[in-house]
Amino acid sequence: MRDRRKTLKNPEQELRIFRVRAFLAVLTILLLTGLLAGRLVYLQVVQHEVYTTRSEKNRVRVEPLPPTRGLIYDRNGVLLAENRPTYNLTLTRERVEDLDTTLDRLEDLLELAPEEAEGFRLRARQPQRPFQPALLMSDLDEIQIARLAINRHRLPGVEVEAQLLRYYPDAHVMAHALGYVGRINTDELKELDPGRYAGTHFIGKTGVERFYEDVLHGQAGLRQVETNARGRVLRELGRTDPVPGRNLTLTLDKELQLLAYELLDDRRGSIVAIAPRTGEILAMVSTPGFDSNQFVTGIDFASYRELQEDIDLPLFNRAIRGQYPPGSTIKPFLALAGLAEGVITPEKTINDPGFYQLPNDSRRYRNWLRWGHGRVDMERAIAVSNNTYYYSLAHDLGIDRLHERMSAFGFGRRVGHDIFGESSALMPSRDWKRARFNQSWYPGETLSVGIGQGYWQVTPLQLATATAVLANRGQWVKPRLARQIGDEDVPAQLPETPDDIVIDNDAWWDRIFAGMEKVLTGQEGTARRTGEGLEYRMGGKSGTAQVFSLGQDQRYNADELAERLRDHALFMAFAPLEEPEIAVAVIVENAGGGSTHAAHLARAITDAWLLEEEAPDVEEVREVMESDTGTVAGN
Amino acid sequence: MTWMGLTKGLRARPVRAPQSGISRRKSLWERTHLDPWLLLLLVVLLVAGLAILYSASGQRIEVVMAQGTRFLVALAVMLVLAQLPPGKLLRWAPLAYGAGLLMLIAVEVVGDVGMGAQRWLEIPGVIRFQPSELMKLAMPLMLAAWLGRRELPPRWNDLLVCAVMLGVPVVLIAKQPDLGTSLLVGCAGVFVVLLAGLSWRFIGLLAAAAAAALPLLWINLHNYQRQRVLTFLNPESDPLGSGWNIIQSTTAIGSGGLWGKGWLQGTQSQLEFLPERHTDFIVAVLGEEFGLVGMLLVLLLYLLIVIRGLWLSAAAHDTFGRLLGGSIVLTFFIYVFVNVGMVSGILPVVGVPLPPVSYGGTSSVTLMAGFGILMSIHGHRRLLPR
Repeated sequence: MRDRRKTLKNPEQELRIFRVRAFLAVLTILLLTGLLAGRLVYLQVVQHEVYTTRSEKNRVRVEPLPPTRGLIYDRNGVLLAENRPTYNLTLTRERVEDLDTTLDRLEDLLELAPEEAEGFRLRARQPQRPFQPALLMSDLDEIQIARLAINRHRLPGVEVEAQLLRYYPDAHVMAHALGYVGRINTDELKELDPGRYAGTHFIGKTGVERFYEDVLHGQAGLRQVETNARGRVLRELGRTDPVPGRNLTLTLDKELQLLAYELLDDRRGSIVAIAPRTGEILAMVSTPGFDSNQFVTGIDFASYRELQEDIDLPLFNRAIRGQYPPGSTIKPFLALAGLAEGVITPEKTINDPGFYQLPNDSRRYRNWLRWGHGRVDMERAIAVSNNTYYYSLAHDLGIDRLHERMSAFGFGRRVGHDIFGESSALMPSRDWKRARFNQSWYPGETLSVGIGQGYWQVTPLQLATATAVLANRGQWVKPRLARQIGDEDVPAQLPETPDDIVIDNDAWWDRIFAGMEKVLTGQEGTARRTGEGLEYRMGGKSGTAQVFSLGQDQRYNADELAERLRDHALFMAFAPLEEPEIAVAVIVENAGGGSTHAAHLARAITDAWLLEEEAPDVEEVREVMESDTGTVAGN
Repeated sequence: MTWMGLTKGLRARPVRAPQSGISRRKSLWERTHLDPWLLLLLVVLLVAGLAILYSASGQRIEVVMAQGTRFLVALAVMLVLAQLPPGKLLRWAPLAYGAGLLMLIAVEVVGDVGMGAQRWLEIPGVIRFQPSELMKLAMPLMLAAWLGRRELPPRWNDLLVCAVMLGVPVVLIAKQPDLGTSLLVGCAGVFVVLLAGLSWRFIGLLAAAAAAALPLLWINLHNYQRQRVLTFLNPESDPLGSGWNIIQSTTAIGSGGLWGKGWLQGTQSQLEFLPERHTDFIVAVLGEEFGLVGMLLVLLLYLLIVIRGLWLSAAAHDTFGRLLGGSIVLTFFIYVFVNVGMVSGILPVVGVPLPPVSYGGTSSVTLMAGFGILMSIHGHRRLLPR
């Protein structure tokens, strides 16, 4: 078989076949090579421009250069908010090969606790502009930086970035006034100008940081860099420098602020001090404070929950959002309203039997002193904080005039110039009640308002501002926190300042002040213990705000309850009487009567501001306060 | 002159009469059985390849040294194989083929998984070997040996035998999965049959059957292989994923323009945007840095090698030699066409390197071994037809 086949082989024919086939193969090869050549001509000649552009886009990257945030100083140049160099971990999702693997590796390397890892993963998946690094972790320590450096080749898209991070040296004391910066969240991202904020991770969230965000932030710069495929920068091709944010000098005095904070220390409350001439806020404290630096680096869930659920509400800025019935502190303002409207004269007296009755009504509205103060004129009514006098005055004024006159002092409206998140609190009126409850106003309610109770609520800032306006004899100043923006002074004349309060007889101011001085120095003054040894003339007024009920979300605890049902203590004051330099409002929650607690704190503040000597010793103030077992019950 | 030189091998030169009684002194080329023109073209290609590799490897001289060493080995293999008379090759064909087949089965059973595919056979510490590389030569060797003995053009029963000898290794390699190599091995076999004179009717029939089998093939593809085909049809659909390679390689080539950005100056290559730039995609580096001119010159070089190789094959003294040589040369062209086609975006991405320019692999050695066989066939031909 094999041999037979072999004999049939025809070498000539086979060679011929091969030659034909080889020739056809060469033709095909030439054709295919021509196809390749055609494709190359198309790519390299016809479409050359397109691909040149694409290759440039590949290699040249525009990188944002975030500006340095402006610093914040107190009125004496003490640094309140600075920028500390830190190392942050960022991740560019587009450059990461596998997100889950990368995150697992990072967790191992950084030895993260499970809670930390959770936030970590959340941030990595948050929407970002394409090719913008997302901030995973702030403030890496040296060991973490070293570990990341060693494993860098295993972690494409992960970078350790040097960045200036906000730091507040006196965080607890300044937290509420300054506010803080935090990571830009998804909602803010939508609102922001992407050019200005390119490369910025932080934005002011509350307080001064929020209100002056535009000033403090500055303008992002850009640089064009050549990068390789893994995003490593190889060289810089061009650059526009960022414009740093402007520094801010505040009106706050750090020493006074610190004193106010320490005076309130273990209690809940607020102290606001204003320079009446200029409206400069010298101190604005809300306690308890909190560590605002936690919010800069990204607070963990547990700590945040703890702060949020704390019964003392440390995150709540009582100075501008706390709403308290003003109690008797508003009696000087009401007296002035009575004078202006001709309802009373300084000399007019009433007889106080210990209660007040509306015509045709058997209900008795009681003075805090059951047996009454007897014959009471205006100054005495302020000094002893007589309620009956003010029931009568309020009744004679009526709610409409009362509302109008008190609104003129700023009650029921936002008074601040550059205060973020201020509450307007509430100055009740007929219209308000109809809108709110669909009910008409009852005369008895006017009486409650007449002693600063009922629906009337004020913020500490409002009370301090009204006190400053009073001390200015009606000349309005808007309270403000900024003294200098960059090198420019904030103008004294601020826009939208309310109209000054003008009354027919200027001497009436002095009569009101006389009454207020008697509060501290008069024989019957409710705060006469506080007034002992005053080295300057001071006017003030105590107040007690009744706590009617607990808030709904406050937990029940027998001991806590008893403490939290006690009255709030209030005191407003200004000094010196002749040329006022400071007006102050103090509110201490659940401290009992204002004369026994809040007044001492107010005096400590005015002493510190007006006297040359060293700031009063907090312990001493507290001792005096504790020995003051209540000059008078009630107010 | 060049043309004359290229065609010289084809002319059946008569033995010159011995002069003055002393037998003619054989030239160096005759003694080494090497073809000087083919050797020259190959050496030019090797040197050009090293220059491109230097740029593509990010100017790492150690990579170039390693590749150079591999080239020296490859040249040595070529030299040794050129000395083997074709008769020996013919006798060893079933042995080589059988060994290759056994090893492919062994890979299937115990092979190493590298880069997600079973391709390697390893005796730890001794040798790591890719049996499919052996098959690239064993396949045409076996088929040429078989058909060389048969009456040509081949009959139906011969074709059936060829189909089995061709099909089994191709399927085994494809299953590893290594579509690129399986394609090359398949081509090597098919070329033998085509050159042997497969009837046109049959070719048409096969083409129709292949077209009909396409959907079946699609079903049997791995997901990543399907993805490659889809990506080829529309690279922009997944620019950061599987489309990345092809977008970056066309960008590199297109931005090179007519004259290129200059050696070591290609931003796509040097800044590492181009993936696998020193292996499968190395030709994009050439396109970016040397432009259309560089590309066409290299293509011309390849073309000359192919044509010279076909001339040499045609001059072989028997059918076995012609079929084997022709298949080796045509398969070489397939490398070039598939690789350049893939990198320039007219073919889907299959893992076919561009020997001997691409770094690494045994493919350069296999390639030069093939050329060694070609030279042996030519160098050992009897100078006069029987």
